[in-house]
Amino acid sequence: METLLQQLASGLASGGIYASLALALVMIYQATDVVNFAQGEMAMFSTYLAWTLLNAGVPYWAAFVATVVLSFVGGLLIERLIIRPVEDAPILSIVIVCIGLLVILNSLAGWIYSYIIKPFPSPFPPRPLRLGSVVFGTHDLGVIGITLLMLLGLYVFFRFTPLGLAMRAAAQNPVSSRLVGIRVGWMLALGWGLAAVLGAVAGMLVAPVVFLEPNMMSGILIYAFASATLGGFTSPVGAVVGGFLVGITENLVGTYVPLIGTELKLTVALVLIIGVLLVRPSGLFGRATVRRV
Amino acid sequence: MVRRWGGLALVLVLGLAVGVATGAKQYDPGASDTEIKIGNTNPYSGPASSYGTIGRALAAYFKMVNEKGGIHGRKITFISYDDGYSPPKTVEQVRRLVERDQVLLLFNTLGTPTNTAIWEYVNRRKIPHLFVATGATKWGDPEGHPWTMGWQPNYQSEGRIYAKYILQHLPQARIGILYQNDDYGKDYVKGFKDGLGDKAADLIVLEQSYEVTDPTVESQIINLKNSGANVFFNVTIPKFAAQAIRKAAEIGWQPVHFLNSVSNSIEAVLRPAGLDNARGIISAFYLKDPDDPQWQDDPAVQEWRAWMRRYYPEGNIHDVFNVYAYSVAQTLVHVLERCGDTLTRANVMRQAASIKDLTLPMLLPGITINTSPTDFYPIEQLQLGRFDGTKWVLFGEVLAAR
Repeated sequence: METLLQQLASGLASGGIYASLALALVMIYQATDVVNFAQGEMAMFSTYLAWTLLNAGVPYWAAFVATVVLSFVGGLLIERLIIRPVEDAPILSIVIVCIGLLVILNSLAGWIYSYIIKPFPSPFPPRPLRLGSVVFGTHDLGVIGITLLMLLGLYVFFRFTPLGLAMRAAAQNPVSSRLVGIRVGWMLALGWGLAAVLGAVAGMLVAPVVFLEPNMMSGILIYAFASATLGGFTSPVGAVVGGFLVGITENLVGTYVPLIGTELKLTVALVLIIGVLLVRPSGLFGRATVRRV
Repeated sequence: MVRRWGGLALVLVLGLAVGVATGAKQYDPGASDTEIKIGNTNPYSGPASSYGTIGRALAAYFKMVNEKGGIHGRKITFISYDDGYSPPKTVEQVRRLVERDQVLLLFNTLGTPTNTAIWEYVNRRKIPHLFVATGATKWGDPEGHPWTMGWQPNYQSEGRIYAKYILQHLPQARIGILYQNDDYGKDYVKGFKDGLGDKAADLIVLEQSYEVTDPTVESQIINLKNSGANVFFNVTIPKFAAQAIRKAAEIGWQPVHFLNSVSNSIEAVLRPAGLDNARGIISAFYLKDPDDPQWQDDPAVQEWRAWMRRYYPEGNIHDVFNVYAYSVAQTLVHVLERCGDTLTRANVMRQAASIKDLTLPMLLPGITINTSPTDFYPIEQLQLGRFDGTKWVLFGEVLAAR
């Protein structure tokens, strides 16, 4: 029983991490109709920016805000300078550009900061919370809390603000949007900027758990993809629920299904992606997208 | 005229006589009267580039050897290429070293997957492949691969040494193991189980593995704690070692913790994990750590520091990798000196496989290097050390793996 509860707690904690990155993936997909494979590396790079600021003696929350702003500008610039020129190219070209971006950011971080792991501070108090025999890390609870807050923010933004609605419109029907006066190009850039912000927050939440290094997001990105696919790429709520489900499933299957054990944990995530795509391609919470061709 | 030719003939005859008396100079490609060419690959770029300092330190050591007159008057030409820790690239670079640069031998090529990729090739081409920079056990295979030899204590030896210690000092052990699910992790676990012998099944209560792509090992640590294990054998690379140390402390698991030497760097592992969390961890050592206060006044360490300052000033004076490079380069110089004027590939291997009780200044006292035609494991002794919150404190005597 104790094992079960502790594994559930730990699964929720990693689920929170997957969910935070999955949110960024969903964000960019909703805003620009692109699946961004470089999302993890962008988040990693933002986290290094935060680390640099912290190392220079900037207080945590100031560094946090500065990183968020810098990441927003960075995301914007990436869209303007790199994605823009291939905007009208086939989807495969955009995917390749994203993968190129992934490799470049990864090597750049390694070149600048080296591959040695670095500790990254958590804004939450270090003392774990004990409920009976089950231990919750305060940072884990913080991750879950902040992820839910981001979700709420996104929900409100996309549903109730004119800017959010304009962004959705621009992604779903660029031609009509342009006709009603929405600057579609800028909406796309804004989408990249906001996704970079979500990624930066995710990175700063992840780094205290997995330690900061250039490859810290590579494993997490796969789980984030599984989460977003499971929940539905069109639904922020789905991405978060998906994240928690993947985190918990992974731990329970690894612990209680001897055949799978810890050796095939990652495989579970991949099977999940394929399974969802086969049975319900739009995910648990997603809408089926209908396109006129 | 006749006299002149006669004189020349005399010189020739004399020269021949001297040649016969002292053994004629014999050379394979890469060696001559003035030069010995040595090839190497290292990850100067890419994810494993923190090892790149080894290649630079080797070059610095050979520079010193050359300044002091070389080996029997021959200068060492050390050619080191970047392979980025990527096996296909290693193959390309090693072919370049062998076929274009025509090196006499390959030395200290770095990495297990990278050396595996060139293993068959160099043995087919009969190129000495000496003192490879990896702890895998498979490099000691004189029958199947007579041209390849390791250097550092291999993973199985290290695993056996921890097992020996547990059998002697921790009879009540209930052991939990966390290992990386690949050749490296399994190598350690095999040595460890061999060392425990028929007790292995009784003593080991749980084995957990992880993949190098996993984000965390937290789930595994929880399972190990709940298995009731009171001894923890931790076979993980730095990132996961740090996670494991921190998570164990967080959930209040306090086993006797054996940490593989792959991850016993204070800066790269213990400090990120939290020095307090790491207190009491046991690991194994064979080199002198220049930061260890007990070697502060050791002449060998001072000499090493002087060498670093003079020949490798841009290198990190706290990095044990630079001690490693210094010592392995000394071993090669020892072998080449013993080769004398017979710088053939076969003789290089013959000399490398007949080292007897060689001590090196930066090896821990009591550790010696021994090889034979059937023993391709140069270093097989280690000493245990316990982390006291700021540094490793060596204890007990030097332990042999067999």
